[in-house]
Amino acid sequence: MSEAIVPRHGLNSRPYLLVWIGLVALTAATVTVARLNLTAFAALISIGIATVKAGLVLIFFMHLKYEPLILKVMLGIALLALSLIILLTFSDVWYRWGAHVHP
Amino acid sequence: MPAESMTTSERSYLQEGGRFKGVFSWIFTTDHKRIGILYLASIFTFFSIGVIIGLLMRLNLIEPGRFISERTYNSLFTVHGVIQIFLFIIPGIPASFGNFFLPIHLGARDVAFPRLNIFSWWLYISGGALVILSIFLPGGAPDTGWTFYAPYSIRTTSNVSLAASGIFIVGFSSILTGLNFVTTIHRLRAPGMTWFRMPLFIWSLYATAWTQILATPVLAITLLLLILERSFGIGFFEPLKGGDPIMFEHLFWMYSHPAVYIMILPAMGVVSEIFPVFSRKNIFGYKAVAFSSLGIAFFGYLVWGHHMFTSGMSDISRVIFSLITFLVAVPSGVKVFNWIATMYKGSVRVDSPLLFCLAFIFLFSIAGLTGLIIGTLSLNLYLHGTYFIVGHFHYTMFGGAGFGFFAGLHYWFPKMFGRMFNERAAKIAWLIMFIGFNILYFSMFLLGLQGMPRRYFQYLPQFRMNHILSTVGSWILAAGLLIMFGNLIRALFRGEKAPANPWGGSTLEWTLPSPPGRENFRETPVVRGGPYTFE
Amino acid sequence: MRNTVDRNEGSISEKHLDYAGAKMGMWIFLFTEILFFGGLFLLYSVYRVKYLADFHSSASELDIVLGTANTIILLTSSMFMALSISSLRKGRKGRSILFQLITIGLGVFFLVNKYFEWSAHIHQGIYPDSPVLLDMARGRIIFFSLYYVMTGLHGLHVLIGVAIIAVMAAFTQRETVSPLDFVKLENTGLYWHFVDIVWIYLFPLFYLIT
Repeated sequence: MSEAIVPRHGLNSRPYLLVWIGLVALTAATVTVARLNLTAFAALISIGIATVKAGLVLIFFMHLKYEPLILKVMLGIALLALSLIILLTFSDVWYRWGAHVHP
Repeated sequence: MPAESMTTSERSYLQEGGRFKGVFSWIFTTDHKRIGILYLASIFTFFSIGVIIGLLMRLNLIEPGRFISERTYNSLFTVHGVIQIFLFIIPGIPASFGNFFLPIHLGARDVAFPRLNIFSWWLYISGGALVILSIFLPGGAPDTGWTFYAPYSIRTTSNVSLAASGIFIVGFSSILTGLNFVTTIHRLRAPGMTWFRMPLFIWSLYATAWTQILATPVLAITLLLLILERSFGIGFFEPLKGGDPIMFEHLFWMYSHPAVYIMILPAMGVVSEIFPVFSRKNIFGYKAVAFSSLGIAFFGYLVWGHHMFTSGMSDISRVIFSLITFLVAVPSGVKVFNWIATMYKGSVRVDSPLLFCLAFIFLFSIAGLTGLIIGTLSLNLYLHGTYFIVGHFHYTMFGGAGFGFFAGLHYWFPKMFGRMFNERAAKIAWLIMFIGFNILYFSMFLLGLQGMPRRYFQYLPQFRMNHILSTVGSWILAAGLLIMFGNLIRALFRGEKAPANPWGGSTLEWTLPSPPGRENFRETPVVRGGPYTFE
Repeated sequence: MRNTVDRNEGSISEKHLDYAGAKMGMWIFLFTEILFFGGLFLLYSVYRVKYLADFHSSASELDIVLGTANTIILLTSSMFMALSISSLRKGRKGRSILFQLITIGLGVFFLVNKYFEWSAHIHQGIYPDSPVLLDMARGRIIFFSLYYVMTGLHGLHVLIGVAIIAVMAAFTQRETVSPLDFVKLENTGLYWHFVDIVWIYLFPLFYLIT
């Protein structure tokens, strides 16, 4: 492997520590929010916080920040694929039992 | 253009096995060409098993119960589907021709991950062995239909879990091949090989590979859940435990519909290679053909629900899926028109590869047009679960992907093995297969319109005529297949030596000797123009 | 950083030399993992819509303390994984191996917690197809089956990750993985972080939505 290929980023340890602190803080936040019993929004908020955490891991721990554009586009395609199949499945499920939930 | 004639004493990949000797130089090889040949041999082995089972089914249907029992018939159509779909047509073109020609088309020496490549073949063979084993072990061959619909697949005592594990493993093989191809196309193009100078076969493999990557894992989890359901009773698809069998259908078709495009896209790629060469003309609308592959892959990912119109989905969902289904016809139509336009005013040479391509266009058009009929919600309610569906998907998969495969087989045979086959015999085989195919499967459309349900062991007297016709067609088709394979196998041993470029092709594989050397290119080629330039 | 050197060589026949290619392969593998777990997340969301009340009451039976602890454990292990790579690249081989061993330790710790968690439920008679579970409401049957399948598959991934990191630690020791050729370790890290991300979603879905 020639020297030129090896990336020079992500060598500093401090950002990893800061991200870790952020992740732990968000975990504390999501547990706290769950105890507040905000029934209507609870699910949305915890999924939102989880997504922020996942984003931190992706961007910093997994170095997505430094990856070439093509990899980001590919990741976008994979996530788009997942969202589309969930969306289309819900076009069935939601109108089959979502509107009139029977316990 | 192929200028060099390599008459020097370079040893071909067939002679140069690498570290190991004999059979080990094949099954432990990392050479993409040898792996392609391994796949080709194993794929056609499974194909012949599938064909024999298909013939047995047709045999039963001229005289139900005389040759085969009800239980056996259920297993036959299940195993026929599993083998032909998962072991023949899905790996089919990408794993054989794809492995052999993708690096060569790009001007590379191998794929990005050669060891992963041979590992994929091992997975494929192990999975295939499990599927075959499931036929013979006590418990009986799976009898659910290749779709494994819950809840019957949960309750049957036949070897469903074993067959499902086999397919699960084959699925991993497919994923790894797709991963390998995408990385290779991104990373290992020769200098000057820009995206729009790649042969269209590569574009179709690229689209296919993405579908393999993004759809196959859903099949993996579905089959895993089916196995867990059978072994631990988790209840996801079991109505008595709160599960929903329709969710199984959703998950299953999320893979298995895109899988149709895993089958057909590479065949379209092969056809796109052959038309320019045999018309001595650049492809009409290169970019349109390239992007329509991506378009088909994209829309093909979003239409799985049209398999479930009568399963009890919500009305809104049925309308949405029907609508998106019609959209797939657009990029498919683009391709068909471009192939025909390529021949227009070309100097057309009617050799066997082109004949198979013409058959492909004819059969695929029937497949596509009947696809529009059953994609129409109202008509589907009548035709769903009849022989019309069986006719339609055989026209797509066998008439489309299968004939595309055979076209590629004749086109690339001289390059892969360094021998010419008998052209006359190839044409005769083509004609017999084409006639037999249409008799066999067109009568299924008629049966479907008459109301004959698929997968039935027995039928009412009014269906008898068409069933007999169809069975006779299956014999004619089988005869054609025998002649075709006989001709090719004979050519392996007795065929004339093939020149480097028998068809006058202009893609990179024709610059190499037939068969190519171990390292493909002695010097990395530098690409200066598009793939289809003829003087 | 565009690399043209390896392109011109175009050869990877024996040893893998294409750094960016190796990472691209790993990312694509992770996409397949996304879709693999995606199928399960889809089932979870579908059945949650169907059995909202049952899901809420069942979730409150899971141990939120244990769940939170496991979350912190995995997040910490992820940080050590990232640190082991940057240490190696700075040439600190010993420290890199130490961080890898800490990652392994945390992974095992996670699995041990999981083991106690599962045992407690199984002790109460709650496991797929158990008589106790089948007597409950249908939504609860599905919730606990989802819990076992999803955390089980995740646990299997943790186990595989631990095994791979152990191999990497040995590689680092033998300098098969070195400051100049560390893509294997980096790809292992990508896998480990992905497993972490799956847990980041599993945690609220099973423990918090009550």
